Amino acid sequence: MSDERSGANILVESLVRQGVEFVFGYPGGAVLPIYDALFGDERLRHILVRHEAGAAHAAEGYARSTGKPGVVLVTSGPGATNAITGIADAYMDSIPLVVISGQVATNLIGSDGFQEADTVGISRHCTKHNYLVKDPADLAAVIDEAFQIATTGRPGPVLIDIPKNVQVATATWSDAPIQRRDRYVPRLRADTNEIAEAIEMIASARAPVLYTGGGVINSGPHATALLRELQAKTGAPVTSTLMGLGAFPADHADWLGMLGMHGTYEANLAMNQADLIVCVGARFDDRVTGRLDAFAPNSKKIHIDIDRASINKIVPVDLPLVGDCGEILSQLLEAWGTRAPQDLSGWKTRIDTWRERNSLAYPGNTAAIMPQHAVERLFELTKAKDPIIATEVGQHQMWAAQYFHFFGPNKWLTSGGLGTMGYGLPAAIGAQLGNPDSLVIDIAGDASIQMNIQEMGTASQYRLPVKVFILNNEWMGMVRQWQELTYESRYSNSYSSSLPDFVTLAEAYGWKGIRIENEGQLDAGIEEMMAYQGPVIVDCRVAKESNCFPMIPSGAAHTEMILYGDAVAGTLDDAAKALV
Amino acid sequence: MMQIKQEVEERHVLTVMVDNEAGILAKIAGLFTARGYNIDSLTVADITENHSVSRITIVTHGPPSQIDQIHAQLERLVPVHKVVDLTEAGPHVQRELALIKVAGVGEKRVEALRVADVFRAKAVDTTTSSFVFELTGSPEKIDSFVAIMRELGLVEVGRTGIVAMMRGAEEA
Repeated sequence: MSDERSGANILVESLVRQGVEFVFGYPGGAVLPIYDALFGDERLRHILVRHEAGAAHAAEGYARSTGKPGVVLVTSGPGATNAITGIADAYMDSIPLVVISGQVATNLIGSDGFQEADTVGISRHCTKHNYLVKDPADLAAVIDEAFQIATTGRPGPVLIDIPKNVQVATATWSDAPIQRRDRYVPRLRADTNEIAEAIEMIASARAPVLYTGGGVINSGPHATALLRELQAKTGAPVTSTLMGLGAFPADHADWLGMLGMHGTYEANLAMNQADLIVCVGARFDDRVTGRLDAFAPNSKKIHIDIDRASINKIVPVDLPLVGDCGEILSQLLEAWGTRAPQDLSGWKTRIDTWRERNSLAYPGNTAAIMPQHAVERLFELTKAKDPIIATEVGQHQMWAAQYFHFFGPNKWLTSGGLGTMGYGLPAAIGAQLGNPDSLVIDIAGDASIQMNIQEMGTASQYRLPVKVFILNNEWMGMVRQWQELTYESRYSNSYSSSLPDFVTLAEAYGWKGIRIENEGQLDAGIEEMMAYQGPVIVDCRVAKESNCFPMIPSGAAHTEMILYGDAVAGTLDDAAKALV
Repeated sequence: MMQIKQEVEERHVLTVMVDNEAGILAKIAGLFTARGYNIDSLTVADITENHSVSRITIVTHGPPSQIDQIHAQLERLVPVHKVVDLTEAGPHVQRELALIKVAGVGEKRVEALRVADVFRAKAVDTTTSSFVFELTGSPEKIDSFVAIMRELGLVEVGRTGIVAMMRGAEEA
């Protein structure tokens, strides 16, 4: 069947054809024809956010927690520029998004028209690909390719800019499947001889480490299962980046915890002393490697990544395996066959001595709740519900990564690469929509939560029972910590002055507000939060000047970690300061 | 005091086959600026009958690890079909076209014409007091011609930047 339809209508039909459930958006002049086409259409659910950055982060949270692409709809000019932070965030963390932006009519492009911005130009370097569609006849094919590009290979955001007259003009719509151009064909599997070489390296390693990242999560739940299988076959201990948490169960005897700047002592020492590092879907980020010339100095390195540009970008590797994590893990398992694992008992004994440092230990406090303890209690009291955890960015994010524990993929939503404060609340909203029966908690800080706090209205409108657990220390805690450790405690503009009363703010939005001020109220407050059917803010007052340890200072090696109780100089040389 | 380290750099010639679509040149030029790579020259023109594919020749320089990254980052762009690092791939020819305007009378004018003949440059415009020479060749050849003309009344120079191709029968 084929008939003549408007560009706006073709867009809506194409989204339905892609199986889109939710569109996160905000209307405006340049997308009015699309909003009119959405009016009364029951097949798509439009989620009205309060700010376009919220739309992009909500779509990220939906995508990260469901494995499906998130869809964003914004108007031209400020609508698009507001969404850019979320798009850039999705680009850094490889989250599949399809962003539709309105644009002024084609004859006005370049004339500085009302709400005109060069959206394609602005988004060029923070999207995997982008389009300006000038003819409604191109729309169906462009949308089809956009979903393909966003979701295959290394996932990422794709933007489609649609001028208003292209939304109104008509073209032929056909139900027949789109003929793809097939110009985007990512490599999925490694060569057999490369796999054989990898098996040889893994089988002969005496001190191997599996260093896993967000790529395992992106590859899908089967990749997580295969990772666990490969670990069981080889016996290698596992560490993960921030983005990869959940791929390997945190209660496993061979789990080392997160690595990097705020990683565990055993994870970082194991990386430093390993003779083989198998990087699975991670990218040797500077927060992971610390000082490069001291990074894993005696190890051979295998790097599994679907993005060839990630190979040798930061750390030269001995064997690159370009392809999908899941595919390559299954190739490795097949090639491993029935080999017996190496005897790694000597290596594991060494690791146990590092574990004994108990690097996540923190001092007790009778006067105030330690933030680490608050996260530990939150974990203990909610773990039976297998919650989805979102975070903002800062100390609370690192404490959540350290003291909350994950057992499966798609349960951990955090802004890793871009480090975007304000990510967590909208991400939690997106995750709650995609997982209506799950307990979704945004672990937040008092400063970060204010960056997209307007999205409380979105949760109210759609009756989403998200929980926001604020570790309120009245500081931009991570900034304050860096200023303490490297700028001799000159706390320049890092105090959270004029904080709102979060409990009355919650009530103003129709949420429940709970304040926890001392240890005695902690468990009861968390229980009360869980028992409430609707959205809740918990304002958990914590010790104000706690630091996040362990920490590898900027420009230092994995062996130079600071743990609680270590003396800290409070200064840093210029070279280290520049690395911040 | 903090020092910024320098690494040994190499010059490489890359050819890039791309879909001839709006914004592709901005994407490639922007990739170089965003990631801090160098462009020494860049030429582009469509090369297929239906104008659907363009061939871009980029001359860049940088440390070997950066050249490898440039190659990989270019390949990552969706409209890019193929990237060939000719400097890695082997023997290839590089050619550039230049227009060189020289003004002068008397002995200098005669000498300019004589040198042009030696370089096989062609006079494509002549007045009683000037020439515009067209010269094709390697960048080094053009450099040395321009250097001589500087002493003989050079007015202006326009250069295309190089196009390059593998030697032999095979497509790179």
